[in-house]
Amino acid sequence: MSERSSIFDMIGPIMIGPSSSHTAGVVRIGRTARHILCEMPTEATIIFYNSFAQTYEGHGSDRAVIAGLLDYATDDVRIKTSFDEAAKVGFKYTFKSAGNASTMHPNTVKIIVKSENREIELVGESKGGGLVNIASYNGFRADFSTSLNTLIILADDVKGSVAFISSILSNDDCNIATMNVSRVGKNALACQFYEMDSSVRELTLAYMRSLSWVKEIISLNALE
Amino acid sequence: MLDIPLFDDFKSWKAYCLEENKPLYMPVLSYEIMQRGRTEAEIWAHLKKAYLVMTEAITTGLTEDMTSRSGMVNNSGKKVYNTPITVLSPEFQKLISRAIAAKEVNSCMGRIVAAPTAGASGILPAILSTIQELHQLSDEKILEGLLVAAGIALIIERNAGLAGAVGGCQAETGSAAAMGAGAVVYCLGGTIDMVFNAVAITIQCMLGLICDPVAGLVEVPCIVRNASAVSIAYSSAQIAIAGVGAVIPVDECVQAMGEVGQSMETKYKETALGGLAATLTGQNIAKKVLIQNIEILPEE
Ligand code: SF4
Repeated sequence: MSERSSIFDMIGPIMIGPSSSHTAGVVRIGRTARHILCEMPTEATIIFYNSFAQTYEGHGSDRAVIAGLLDYATDDVRIKTSFDEAAKVGFKYTFKSAGNASTMHPNTVKIIVKSENREIELVGESKGGGLVNIASYNGFRADFSTSLNTLIILADDVKGSVAFISSILSNDDCNIATMNVSRVGKNALACQFYEMDSSVRELTLAYMRSLSWVKEIISLNALE
Repeated sequence: MLDIPLFDDFKSWKAYCLEENKPLYMPVLSYEIMQRGRTEAEIWAHLKKAYLVMTEAITTGLTEDMTSRSGMVNNSGKKVYNTPITVLSPEFQKLISRAIAAKEVNSCMGRIVAAPTAGASGILPAILSTIQELHQLSDEKILEGLLVAAGIALIIERNAGLAGAVGGCQAETGSAAAMGAGAVVYCLGGTIDMVFNAVAITIQCMLGLICDPVAGLVEVPCIVRNASAVSIAYSSAQIAIAGVGAVIPVDECVQAMGEVGQSMETKYKETALGGLAATLTGQNIAKKVLIQNIEILPEE
């Protein structure tokens, strides 16, 4: 039996824009990309798919995704003026539409974003009521919700690596809610995604980063 | 002692309040604490913030420029508020303009409270701020009214649904109007039966309303429907508080709404394929405002 509804969803959420799936959800996806990037973006290409493709302007999803990339929360009044804010910091972007992506969720957006030192690609799905699913990160199947703390670990696909990381996390008192591994080719790189009820200590992150087979660790705090 | 109701129906909510001699809002508070682990202080703080955002939305809509990207929204709230021609009474004029203003803020990327949904976000602000002003009610009373409204929404969500995509516009603006009508009767000291009759009568008036937004944008007819929902909420409250019954009990009205929603065709559920969206003008507007430059991906 599913969890019972909260009165905070009957009187709420407090939000910006005409529709929670076209605005709040899109802000969250953009913000997740920003948190993964860790830096002010300089350039982005954003592709809206399927039902987003036609209506992203009318629903303000374009302003929402830029607001997210500027790290604004879903109830930030600056979402409305995010293009002006982006211009102020010299952040450039282009939008594209793509239809008929039959394997994709109806409300999907792909973000390819660059900062001074990095470039990432994120695909997010807006599932309604402001809830999202991050479908992929740099081509790795991801599937996390952004409403829990998330740990992304890119590593060599060595035997026992998942068990090793899981035990470190549980020794650190982290309750793992979901876990996913996505591989590119055999024995190549694997990307692990952990969703947890609490965040990981800096010390633990530093230790994991020091492991020779670990290429990259990204720790994301839960978004409201 | 009865268990705290789970808001599956109105009957058990009433039974609990009578048995325990509690006001209607109390079990809603207990429900949130028990089911979602929130503290009482957190709940009141959320409601207070929500009411503040609601009243701010009205002010924003009545003072700032409200034009949408599509051009379909163009400062209607201000026009209604400022017109020298008062059709019914200054209070009514204000009420309607507030509903439109708050909803326009939503269409124009401003901050609102989805109550219960973003499409219906002008309704509770207009109803509550107006009843507070006319009857000099305290903020505390209004927040209690918001809790009663939340309880009403929980039950409708469970038995009929609150989303236009699920149940049509009756589910969105209809539910918001029912929540508002119940809150008004509660705030004015009506009995439990009167509150529930207000909900029942409102549902009876909103039953069958389809969701047919032009170009798929939450603008036309959504904005004027926020205004009409507010009027229906007030007429239902006036009827119910006089002790007039709804004949069909509130739980059965909600069931009827669920049944109507289920048998409503998909083209009337937010798909913009039927009703006003499918009219000649509606389609022309859609052609103009929707992005046509779409790369069609090959079949996978
Ligand atoms: S017509 Fe549809 S989109 Fe507009 S308010 Fe009603 S339910 Fe919401």
